[in-house]
Amino acid sequence: MSKRRSAALTEAQRVSLAQTLLRERLCHQKLPDRPVGLDSQYKHLLELLRRTAVHGESNSVLIVGPRGSGKTMLLGCVLRELMSLKEVQKNVLLVELNGLLQTDDKIALKEITRQLHLENVVGDKVFGSFAENLAFLLEALKKGDKSSSRPVLFVLDEFDLFAHHKNQTLLYNLLDVSQSAQTPVAVLGLTCRLDVLELLEKRVKSRFSHRQIHLFSSISFAQYVDVVRAQLSLPPDFPDPKFSEEWNHSVTKLCEEKSVEEILKRHFNASKDFRSLHSLLFLAVSRVSVSRSTLCEADLLEASRLISADSKANVLHGLSILELCLIIAMKHLNDTYDGEPFNFQMVHNEFKKFIQRKSHSIHKFEKPVVMKAFEHLLQLELVRPVDSGVCKVQREYQLMRLMLEHGQVMEALQRYPQCPTDVKQWALSAFG
Amino acid sequence: MSRYITRLRMKRTYKWNGRPVGEDRKLKRQYYESMSISVEGKTQDATVSLGQYILIEGDDDDNPFVAQLLKLYTDDSGKKKTAVLQWFVRMCEVPHNKRKLLGRDPHPQEIFFYQDRSCDNEVDGETILGAVQIEYVPVEDPFPVGKSRDILFVKLLWDTKSFKALDPELMQPPQSPKSPPPSTRRPQIRALPTPDLSVMKRATSGILSRGSMSTGKMSSSEAESLHSASKLSAAKALSAKRRSRAVSGPHVRKKLDLCSPSKNMSRDDVLGEILDERAQKTLTSKLNTSPTGRISISIRLSPLNCNEESVSPLSSHSPDKPRMTAQDKDDSTSVFLGVQPIGDDDPEPLISTGRTPRKREATPRKAGLRGLKARTPSRRKDSAALREPALAALAEEEHEDSPVQTAATSRSKRKSAQLVSSRIKKQLNLLGNKIDLQSDGEDGDDDDCFVPAKIDLQSSSDEEEEAKIDSEDELIVKKRRGSGTSRSAEKTRVSARTPRKTPSKKTAPATPRTPRHATPSIPSRTVPARKPGNVLEEARARLHVSSVPESLPCREQEFQDIYNFVESKVIDGTGGCMYISGVPGTGKTATVHEVIRSLQQSAEQDEIPHFRFIEINGMKMTDPHQAYVQILQKLTDQKATPDHAAALLEKRFSAPAPKKETVVLLVDELDLLWTRKQNVMYNLFDWPTRRNARLVVLTIANTMDLPERIMINRVASRLGLTRMSFQPYTFKQLQQIITSRLNRVKAFEEDALQLVSRKVAALSGDARRCLDICRRATEICEHSGSQKNSSGLVGMSHVMEALDEMFSSSYIASIRCASVQEQLFLRAVIAEFRRLGLEEATFQQVFVQHQALCRVEGLQPVNVSEGLSVCQRLGSCRLLLLEGSRLDLFLRIRLNVSQDDVLYALKAD
Repeated sequence: MSKRRSAALTEAQRVSLAQTLLRERLCHQKLPDRPVGLDSQYKHLLELLRRTAVHGESNSVLIVGPRGSGKTMLLGCVLRELMSLKEVQKNVLLVELNGLLQTDDKIALKEITRQLHLENVVGDKVFGSFAENLAFLLEALKKGDKSSSRPVLFVLDEFDLFAHHKNQTLLYNLLDVSQSAQTPVAVLGLTCRLDVLELLEKRVKSRFSHRQIHLFSSISFAQYVDVVRAQLSLPPDFPDPKFSEEWNHSVTKLCEEKSVEEILKRHFNASKDFRSLHSLLFLAVSRVSVSRSTLCEADLLEASRLISADSKANVLHGLSILELCLIIAMKHLNDTYDGEPFNFQMVHNEFKKFIQRKSHSIHKFEKPVVMKAFEHLLQLELVRPVDSGVCKVQREYQLMRLMLEHGQVMEALQRYPQCPTDVKQWALSAFG
Repeated sequence: MSRYITRLRMKRTYKWNGRPVGEDRKLKRQYYESMSISVEGKTQDATVSLGQYILIEGDDDDNPFVAQLLKLYTDDSGKKKTAVLQWFVRMCEVPHNKRKLLGRDPHPQEIFFYQDRSCDNEVDGETILGAVQIEYVPVEDPFPVGKSRDILFVKLLWDTKSFKALDPELMQPPQSPKSPPPSTRRPQIRALPTPDLSVMKRATSGILSRGSMSTGKMSSSEAESLHSASKLSAAKALSAKRRSRAVSGPHVRKKLDLCSPSKNMSRDDVLGEILDERAQKTLTSKLNTSPTGRISISIRLSPLNCNEESVSPLSSHSPDKPRMTAQDKDDSTSVFLGVQPIGDDDPEPLISTGRTPRKREATPRKAGLRGLKARTPSRRKDSAALREPALAALAEEEHEDSPVQTAATSRSKRKSAQLVSSRIKKQLNLLGNKIDLQSDGEDGDDDDCFVPAKIDLQSSSDEEEEAKIDSEDELIVKKRRGSGTSRSAEKTRVSARTPRKTPSKKTAPATPRTPRHATPSIPSRTVPARKPGNVLEEARARLHVSSVPESLPCREQEFQDIYNFVESKVIDGTGGCMYISGVPGTGKTATVHEVIRSLQQSAEQDEIPHFRFIEINGMKMTDPHQAYVQILQKLTDQKATPDHAAALLEKRFSAPAPKKETVVLLVDELDLLWTRKQNVMYNLFDWPTRRNARLVVLTIANTMDLPERIMINRVASRLGLTRMSFQPYTFKQLQQIITSRLNRVKAFEEDALQLVSRKVAALSGDARRCLDICRRATEICEHSGSQKNSSGLVGMSHVMEALDEMFSSSYIASIRCASVQEQLFLRAVIAEFRRLGLEEATFQQVFVQHQALCRVEGLQPVNVSEGLSVCQRLGSCRLLLLEGSRLDLFLRIRLNVSQDDVLYALKAD
């Protein structure tokens, strides 16, 4: 049956199946089997949580690592393994909070109560006042003891944001519970801030156990390439073994190619985290189609180009010649006055000088037309007023700054389709 | 149990009755036999005399103290009245931890004979609220059921350590010398007709209202019992309307709700006057001291009297009069009939049943409605039982007086009636305005009294109830004409409304609207927690901060100081404040808890008086004013708003009422109780200075100079100078702490311990930190133990690793692990700083440097977007401090690490 079906799989089906599988993997919808390069951290955290779950030992720990370093993924893997332990199943309560969602202690307390299913105890009463809520929760936690109550795992994502709550009441209380003989709790903070401990008030800090698990990936480029290969490979249980074999082979070959290696190196240099890698691979995988059923070099190149494209480059491409001229004038002003702000009048003068001197291709524009072009640039935020909000000054004389780097302007000019040569020359010349 | 005159509402004046019966020249005291208490606005005085059971004003209006009056005397100045008492305690006054000694659930009306030498048995005479009934129940007997809520039962003796059987001797109702033996009086009483007190009251009120009401009353006791509450409220409304003396208007009524003193008083006034006309001599003191049994009997006598004398002139107003009077009598008869079987056995139950309706109706003083609500069903049953005989009696006797009791009653015994009426007068005083309240209630709906309300008692008319809510006055009219059924509806409404109207009422346990004291708890686990398996696990468990050590080493001196302070205050029964400061993790809270533990131990062994310990924590409340709420709740289990709680506490701590135990209050994290006006702190420190407060306040905060820094003078001055500072632990102390915690569990090498303690002592002296490091070290040891030889002990290397983990800055590690571009960017930042000579640069400037560096390194230069994202990544780790990214090229960059650190980290690469 399965054989017949696999045979029946069309090319399109196979490709879409492979794409779905890879996309799922790259979009973090599925936890990896084991976190890459975080073995010691994984062991440490698992052991810690296991002790809370099994022995009822209260703990507090911070998982610190830059964005995209896999903090949540690590925790997810650990929890998955923890919950698979028979001893732990149904013995642990999990409360997940996020500093971006629970923006103050009141909301956080409600959320905790909700997640602990305590709101049933007193009907709607518990969601009365903040004070009642706090007292209620503390009482609940105080009731428990080390050996008989279920351990509660508090996961605080964006831990640093909780430190900005008033008086850090929530943190104090959670950490206080973790340091006293009450319901066993494990307070897990996830943050990307290295200075998170300095945010804690001294008595909150004293109650924190100072365990920090740092996630600094120290992988080499070779490992990085391995990860790319592993991420792109199809699993052995893919319905069509022939297709998957072909696919995997092409991926292996792809990774060995010089140009691909260059792209990957560039990405590796920019950032080591896997999230940006995933977005790169995702773009590449999306380009696979029935006509080209394997991943090729061009796909990766295009994806890389898309990802590392400058955000303003496209905006510059859409400008008119007049607007481009204004930008060049501004660039010259910047060069002359060393980045000091300018106003429209100065830009207009500069532009007029250029027209008078050597413009053949550009005819003269009226001042209001130039003003209009300038305002368009203002709207695109390529130019920004120095002091926003001060409108006492006439518009022509309001001080502005150019929000473009020198290099960006030059690159835009290079790529601008059918750019007049005299404009290009003007841009390249040292002085306007 | 809350219908006693509260201090807030009434002003009472106290007067001696008669001349002194004795004098003690040495002490310059004059002894008296009785004292009369007159409440402002009433002409009738309540009298308390020796041997009577009385209520003493306490901190809780609902549960005043109960005592037996033993002596009354005044000093030579004659100003100060002092009462010597034998205390009784309620269950709620017994310390929490001892309550289980009773071994059963206490009866709600149960009190205990209190035997404690250390307890002050002299109180200010002016704290006496009035008399109460106490009934002795032998230990083996069950509590009598179906009795008034006002009668308290004594079964056991509480001597602060255990409950013991109470010797009935102790409970002998003390015989007042002048009171004649009961036997002489009983026939006299029984010879009289036995109408209900309420009937009499109705009669008198009938006079009052000049025919606006007829005196006829409920035709059945059931109806009466069922509608007591409705009567009350309706009566309130009526009387509010009718009498301009009382402040009229619905809102006033609302405010005063069911127990407005002014109305009561005015009613009482009138009643008193009427009674005075007929009252002859006072048999007062005798009656008062007489066993409670007589009270209700004597009350029953009156209606006849009233009916004959005062009601009949009114009959022209109401054609139904004669019938009603008859019904009145029948009514009372029926009550008697129903109760009689019990009454014959023992006068007490009889009396109490007889009284019950009145008392109950009179209840809603403060939290009365709760009582009503709770009790009515049971009453309904009672009265249902009563009904049958009552009807029978009605059929048999018609207009005749009931020959109910032992003796036949004669209607025309004027003299005895008068005599009795004077007794009633006394009794009325005794009962305070409980009765007059009831009378208010009864005259309110006198019109519906013909309707045999029992027929459709249960059908509550909802529209009427709603109508009532809409327009009160209208309904009053309606009610007066309306059927009796409305009353039941009204009652439900009243009881439902009360909790809302009187939020000050602290009757949480009895208003079962929401289970306020629901017990939240974390569900328990299915598999029990595993015990530590090996030495290291054992050590780890012992080293956890939460494990309570057997003793607190290295804080002996502090322990002793605090102990002495609290002990002396507890023994002296005075109050005081103490301020304890110290950096976190120096054992402040632990030491105080230790002190309290050992003090409680010695209190249990009766070395020192008992005391209550209450703990609040500034961090565990959302607002400084919540402190009041928490203290009040822990002290009395009441819930209140902060303002109200403050008022109640203020009252409790300043009232001269006798207190039985000292309160030790621990205020942790004091600095968080700071408010702009500092009134929370002010109050906390002011209460102990009150003469009667018996409050010891221990405050804890981190900073030594907190009083000077944040407190205004008057607060700091009240805090006083009893201060203590916990120094950070030295390394020797830390070492000792760990050793004592480990307690012969050999898990650490000596050197390792020393290293930890020296390191921590040098950094903070925080014991928590020290313990945490040790715990981490055991973990590390456990993991590496498998590979390595070693002794299985935690050695230097493990401790070093743990210390590294916890103390070393992660910045350098994170820079080392950063990507190439990130490292280049940091380098560019430093290069730009050097170029500018400033510690701050814009992104644009740094970016130029960055691109140059890229070229130097032979890398493809990054574009602006990439550069910015690198910059943001470093910013999110807080290696760089950034402005908002909105500024784009012009966002300013600063380093959050020292340049040297960055260079060091980059160079080592």
